[in-house]
Amino acid sequence: MKDEVDNREDRVANLKGMGCSRKRVEDARFTQGKGNYVDDVKLDGMLFGDFVRSPYAHARITSINTEEALKVPGVLAVLTAADLEPLGLHWMPTLAGDKQMVLADGKVLFQGQEVAFVVAQDRYAAADGIEAVEVEYEELPVIVDPFESLKSDVILREDLDPTADGAHGPRKHPNHIFTWEAGDKEPTEEVIANAEVVAEEEMYYHRTHPCPLETCGCVASMDKVNGKLTLWGTFQAPHAIRTVVSLISGIEEHNIRVISPDIGGGFGNKVGAYPGYVCSVVASIVTGKPVKWIEDRMDNLMTTAFARDYWMKGKISATKDGKITGLHCHVTADHGGFDACADPTKFPAGFMNICTGSYDIPTAYLEVDGVYTNKAPGGVSYRCSFRVTEAVYFIERMIEVLAIKLNMDAAELRRINFIKKEQFPYTAALGWEYDSGDYHTAWEKALTTVDYDGLRAEQAQRVEDFKAGKTRKLMGIGLSFFTEIVGAGPVKNCDILGLGMFDSCEIRIHPTGSAIARLGTISQGQGHATTFAQILASEIGLPADSITIEEGDTDTAPYGLGTYGSRSTPVAGAATAMAGRKIRAKAQMIAAYLLEVHDNDVEFDVDRFVVKGAPEKFKTMKEIAFAAYNQAIPGIEPGLEAVSYYDPPNMTYPFGAYVCVMDIDVDTGVPEIRRFYALDDCGTRINPMIIEGQVHGGLTEALAVALGQEIAYDDMGNCKTGTLMDFFLPTAWEVPNYETDYTVTPSPHHPIGAKGVGESPHVGGVPCFSNAVQDAFRPFGNTHTNMPHDHWRIWKMANDLGLHD
Amino acid sequence: MIPAAFEYYRPKDMDGVLTLLAEHGDDARVMAGGHSLIPMMKLRMADVPHLIDMQDVGGLSDIEITNDSIRIGAMVTQSDIIAHDGLSEVAPILREAALQIADPQVRYMGTVGGNVANGDPGNDMPGLMQCLDATFTLIGADGERDVPARDFYEAAYMTAREDEEVLTAVTLPLPKGGYAYEKQKRKIGDYATAAAAVQIVKNGDTCVSASIAMTNLSDTPIYSADAGAALVGTSVDDAALKAAVSAMDGDIDPTEDNRGPIAFKKHVAGVILRRAIERAWSRA
Repeated sequence: MKDEVDNREDRVANLKGMGCSRKRVEDARFTQGKGNYVDDVKLDGMLFGDFVRSPYAHARITSINTEEALKVPGVLAVLTAADLEPLGLHWMPTLAGDKQMVLADGKVLFQGQEVAFVVAQDRYAAADGIEAVEVEYEELPVIVDPFESLKSDVILREDLDPTADGAHGPRKHPNHIFTWEAGDKEPTEEVIANAEVVAEEEMYYHRTHPCPLETCGCVASMDKVNGKLTLWGTFQAPHAIRTVVSLISGIEEHNIRVISPDIGGGFGNKVGAYPGYVCSVVASIVTGKPVKWIEDRMDNLMTTAFARDYWMKGKISATKDGKITGLHCHVTADHGGFDACADPTKFPAGFMNICTGSYDIPTAYLEVDGVYTNKAPGGVSYRCSFRVTEAVYFIERMIEVLAIKLNMDAAELRRINFIKKEQFPYTAALGWEYDSGDYHTAWEKALTTVDYDGLRAEQAQRVEDFKAGKTRKLMGIGLSFFTEIVGAGPVKNCDILGLGMFDSCEIRIHPTGSAIARLGTISQGQGHATTFAQILASEIGLPADSITIEEGDTDTAPYGLGTYGSRSTPVAGAATAMAGRKIRAKAQMIAAYLLEVHDNDVEFDVDRFVVKGAPEKFKTMKEIAFAAYNQAIPGIEPGLEAVSYYDPPNMTYPFGAYVCVMDIDVDTGVPEIRRFYALDDCGTRINPMIIEGQVHGGLTEALAVALGQEIAYDDMGNCKTGTLMDFFLPTAWEVPNYETDYTVTPSPHHPIGAKGVGESPHVGGVPCFSNAVQDAFRPFGNTHTNMPHDHWRIWKMANDLGLHD
Repeated sequence: MIPAAFEYYRPKDMDGVLTLLAEHGDDARVMAGGHSLIPMMKLRMADVPHLIDMQDVGGLSDIEITNDSIRIGAMVTQSDIIAHDGLSEVAPILREAALQIADPQVRYMGTVGGNVANGDPGNDMPGLMQCLDATFTLIGADGERDVPARDFYEAAYMTAREDEEVLTAVTLPLPKGGYAYEKQKRKIGDYATAAAAVQIVKNGDTCVSASIAMTNLSDTPIYSADAGAALVGTSVDDAALKAAVSAMDGDIDPTEDNRGPIAFKKHVAGVILRRAIERAWSRA
């Protein structure tokens, strides 16, 4: 049988495998409004639940009266902590080893905290029921400042023994959660004490929020006849959610089916377990009916999953010609009322210990203190691997501060301190082993492309013009070079709630040569159905268009830890390749049998196995697939399936070089981004179009965070940014044109050399935008000013520097 | 984000509207585009037991241009303003301002009448209409009456309109001279950090009249007669600009919010006004 496509190039193109900018298969439904999101799930008799929330940030609850609410037409039940207590569900464990109230148990610790759950026939009746629940509060002193919290006599968590250790060791104060250390304290302090040059800076990385377009929500449906619970939800980790639900509810795991349907963005917001999930499950068990809970925008911004809120204090030492000798970092981490950070168990500050960045820093020490305050819990990784955005912001600011101290060009300072290509694999002072990198090449390419020297000359001229009164606009050149640490992670050091952070892929080849592959991850817009099919196409020689990718249904997909921290490609992508190779290994035996040669005498060629030295003798994968189901082959089981659970040997370390050119109106504080250049090296590139889309999205979220997006509180703990009027979500209007570029440095330990890219642009983008603003004011004496750089804060920089009349 | 229950009415004519208003008093609100009222209802900050939708009331969507005036029906949308060629010719400041309101989706629904009648200090049209010396026509049980835009606003959401009255039209004299609507905002869809409407007439090198109003810098729009007066008789040189800005600064009373502290807003108001005057002057 002769294959239709003979030319090798055509055969490769026909597969739409790795390296092809294949159009996203998901978009047919998304662009036609035919997606299926959790709020599209509609079941017979479905009820709606919603929360009575605390208007106070810290208060004792003296009474909850649900009588009037139960009289509201359509209201069926109102759950309070007292109702959940007999089930042991009024508190739940957090991912960080703490526990969190599901419904307020005697007091509230942040504004918007869940106090009671109203269950009604529709969401309108639920909203009226919420209004009718009478809650009496006795206000308590509010603490919104973590430093004050550590000195205060006010004990926020009265449920905890103040002298007992927390999940991560000793606590220094009743409002203290943990101290986490990495590196060598004394040697670092000694190096810094004896250094030729030391730069110090304190910086606040403000609290913000991932704010996906779709908020969090779920539908719980308990079938009392067969004892099965089905839970649809916006889960970035559906399998972990199943395990958590089983552990806290006592329902056996085989009786729980968790389904993540289409998800409208996650960015870390949808990793954790929220009171809404628990209450929906309980309400469904109590009522025997399906119960839906969907956050509104204010609920989402104010209660589920903040990000950042790190107070960072740094010291960096160097020789007088700029060779960095040591780095010291202390972080006071504001975790809010409960420690619900979504980090691997052994890393309460995430991978903050990647804060030596892309530089060969021989000695370093990091200490992080977690603190309770009267703010919402969360601490998720907003479009970054765990706390990597904070780490990269810290080092990229410290580099700039050191450059000022040394009176050296910041691009040059980076250049002389980069880890060199030949040093990889490189073990950093804080413990991580960087897999591969070629930083100098990327940096030179970036600087050359933007004509860095030309930009500096233009900037110098601009400063002269400004001083001469010819212009009121300053020019800033933002630089950043980042190294990400993604693909969590090796089971030996990464777990969440004891679940190893491997991931999985299961492939079934159908007789006619098409296939379905199921993964333990879940796309929230990343385009998994497109890219994972491309990996498989290249691995097994069947066209991507003939491969269905399915994720998110725990009854059918293999167990995996989900999608966040840019882990899908590094971990599940590796599992996919490995499962594909198992398919190929069996296909080789079938091909050899069909071609009547020894297994070792055939070799894989794009979409077929050919007899070595006789390329006219071959069997296509399509033919092999059919043979797997219709022939009795001695010594080979029928069928063509494979499953792989992949435990990565290491993290992957994508990197990149970004440059931002910004003009700043000194009088109004309005920044205008003239140019943004982003070079990303994510190793092997699976789909360049999707990579570019990811870069655009990540940069846009970086722009948001750097230039205005924040979750801000007043002294009373009132959230001041609970709607999209005040919480900055950029639109096409605010976003500049991005120039993307790349180098390719494959990961040596990943089966296809891919490193992950979804979060790189956010991680590298935030310091780049911030550095541009700060750089504009550097000639006038600015060393560091905290983000967000919204109009008034930029104006204040100018004002503080005496640039207004 | 779900409003309390309310009765919804969609009368076919103004008599129907007025009858409902007479019946329900301040328990009723008329709704034009709904882009201010509905969010307030959803936040349960506005309690509106009886909501009267104006969409089916005819005769409120015309733009009439005569030799000396422009009459804009209350249900004319911001989008209509932008698209109307004749209007752009005789009063280009309306288009310039409308293009800076919210985003295209909002502008398809948001109306001139709703924008000026709601009394939200963040809205752009009230200040603009004060600058242009417009008159608002109100209709009630006792018939029609006219109120100058410059006398209409009392405090945030408090206006000269009685609960039983409906604002039906905005009439303004044909603007003369150069114009500018200058607005600083944090992002698309935002209210102004500061905005200035300027209409200025030039004779030779001398300013013969100038009208200036500011938006979102007090609990009402601010028509600054003194700022305009500071320009008249001058060549709009640096001294005149400073005098106008200084006069305006005395009239505004901004409050601190997420857009920034008072000192910042006052400074930006000055910068924005100065730019608006310079642009208007260059077009005069």
